[in-house]
Amino acid sequence: MKYKEAGLVTFLQLLVYGLQLGSIYALLAIGYTMVFGIIRMINMAHGDFLMIGSYAVYFLVSIFFADQMIGPAIALLVVMIAAGITGMIGVGVERIAYKPLRKRSTISTMIAAIGVSLFTQNFFRAIPAIGPNPRMGPKLLVDKLFFIGPVQLSMARIIVIILSLIIMAILYAVVMNTKIGIQMRAVSCDKDASSLMGADVNRVISTTFFIGAGLAAISGAFYANSYPVLTVTMGATLGNKAFIAAVIGGIGDIRGAVLGGYIMGVIEIMISAVYSELAYGFSFVALIIILLFKPEGLLGKPMVEKV
Amino acid sequence: MILEVNNLQVNYGAIKAVKGISFYVNEGEIVTLIGANGAGKTTTLRAISGLERVHTGTVKFKGEDITNIAPHKIVGMGLTHVPEGRRIFTNLTVMENLRMAALLVKDKGEISKSFDEVFELFPRLKERRTQSTLTLSGGEQQMLAVGRAIVTGGDLVVLDEPSMGLAPMIVDEIFNVILRLNKEGATILLNEQNAYMALSIADRAYVLETGNITLEGTGKDLLDNPAVQDAYLGS
Repeated sequence: MKYKEAGLVTFLQLLVYGLQLGSIYALLAIGYTMVFGIIRMINMAHGDFLMIGSYAVYFLVSIFFADQMIGPAIALLVVMIAAGITGMIGVGVERIAYKPLRKRSTISTMIAAIGVSLFTQNFFRAIPAIGPNPRMGPKLLVDKLFFIGPVQLSMARIIVIILSLIIMAILYAVVMNTKIGIQMRAVSCDKDASSLMGADVNRVISTTFFIGAGLAAISGAFYANSYPVLTVTMGATLGNKAFIAAVIGGIGDIRGAVLGGYIMGVIEIMISAVYSELAYGFSFVALIIILLFKPEGLLGKPMVEKV
Repeated sequence: MILEVNNLQVNYGAIKAVKGISFYVNEGEIVTLIGANGAGKTTTLRAISGLERVHTGTVKFKGEDITNIAPHKIVGMGLTHVPEGRRIFTNLTVMENLRMAALLVKDKGEISKSFDEVFELFPRLKERRTQSTLTLSGGEQQMLAVGRAIVTGGDLVVLDEPSMGLAPMIVDEIFNVILRLNKEGATILLNEQNAYMALSIADRAYVLETGNITLEGTGKDLLDNPAVQDAYLGS
């Protein structure tokens, strides 16, 4: 094989890896962006929903199934249940920790979110069944390798990418076309006016947290399938990267979060291939460069501070 | 009486914005609150709709106590509030704004009928129905705000400063629609800085000054009242 061709093959393989990691970031970034959109809050604890989701999958599988290879249909069901559980936890977190601070300054809610994050991680560490030691995440999908021409691809990665795209397309359709979607967008623009049209603002915010946390859990399940080491702090780093993705794409815009997620995933994998120590640092470099030229993010609209 | 406000007091921290006012609105009437900026008109309406916390006093709507009930529940009982400053959802299209207003209307046929009515009253909104509301002029935004109230379809429609910042021709258009809403059976409670306009269409009116009602009477009485003429009609 010629040198040039080998380079192309490697590139395509890395691209698939990048898109898979990007899917994980995108699913996680959507939660940051939706929560920010609706209550103008950076939920620093959002990454921990990913951790909760992956542990939920881990426990569901280890309690109910002796065999880890549970087949795609049951695997999907398990992931959905884990997403539902995590979604409910997300709703609870908002009710208990954020709602009382809703009329306070942004900094108060942000500190509350950092508190929630620290609490969640340490609380989970204190649960004997979880503890401080990493767990091996369950392998939900049997990975098969196959070739398209000279490019070797992993079935599990392709499935993660496709499923993520389907989930995000459904979410976008819900937000754009359904009653709850219109309410979410209206509430993000003007809470008082929304309530005057009959929208239950608290319920709309809860729904947003449910969806955000649920997507984070799905993202965690997908992550654990490829990188099966579960720790209570796993959400922090991933959360930071997804947050960068949301900002790159333009925080508040769902399409932006998806775009940012894929950009982050592909950049990280490509840079890792050259020099792996650089990857995380380069995420920030990408953030700085993009914000330098487009401070509102790639798809974001310039924000006017209302007085 | 469709609306009965009794000894209403609303505070912003230590500041008493509304200092214990009482008034009522009969079914089918047009009632207006007039007064200068900061007299407490907007606060009064916001307290009625549940957007501000009532400190003391009661608000009764259709005989039921609605004091400090969540706004979305009050809308469900048939009280529609067109807020000050129009408060259009600028991230939604014209059509989506109307769909948002139809949130509590269950009957699909009724919804599409009310959309048709809005587009018939304001043909300009029809032309722009798929456009972002950011491109609307102030007048068109007010048309949309009133259009939303038509779609929500309350028995009592509360309008806060519908003429604010609008060209005279558009003010006439908006007021004609308000009159038509009233003829179709809606009771109207109107906050207006344009006192002449408001008093000429109102059955009854109240004058608010620094959180108190200082005068009340029929629209015509107040138009003829020298004190009102002096303070609000600029003659």
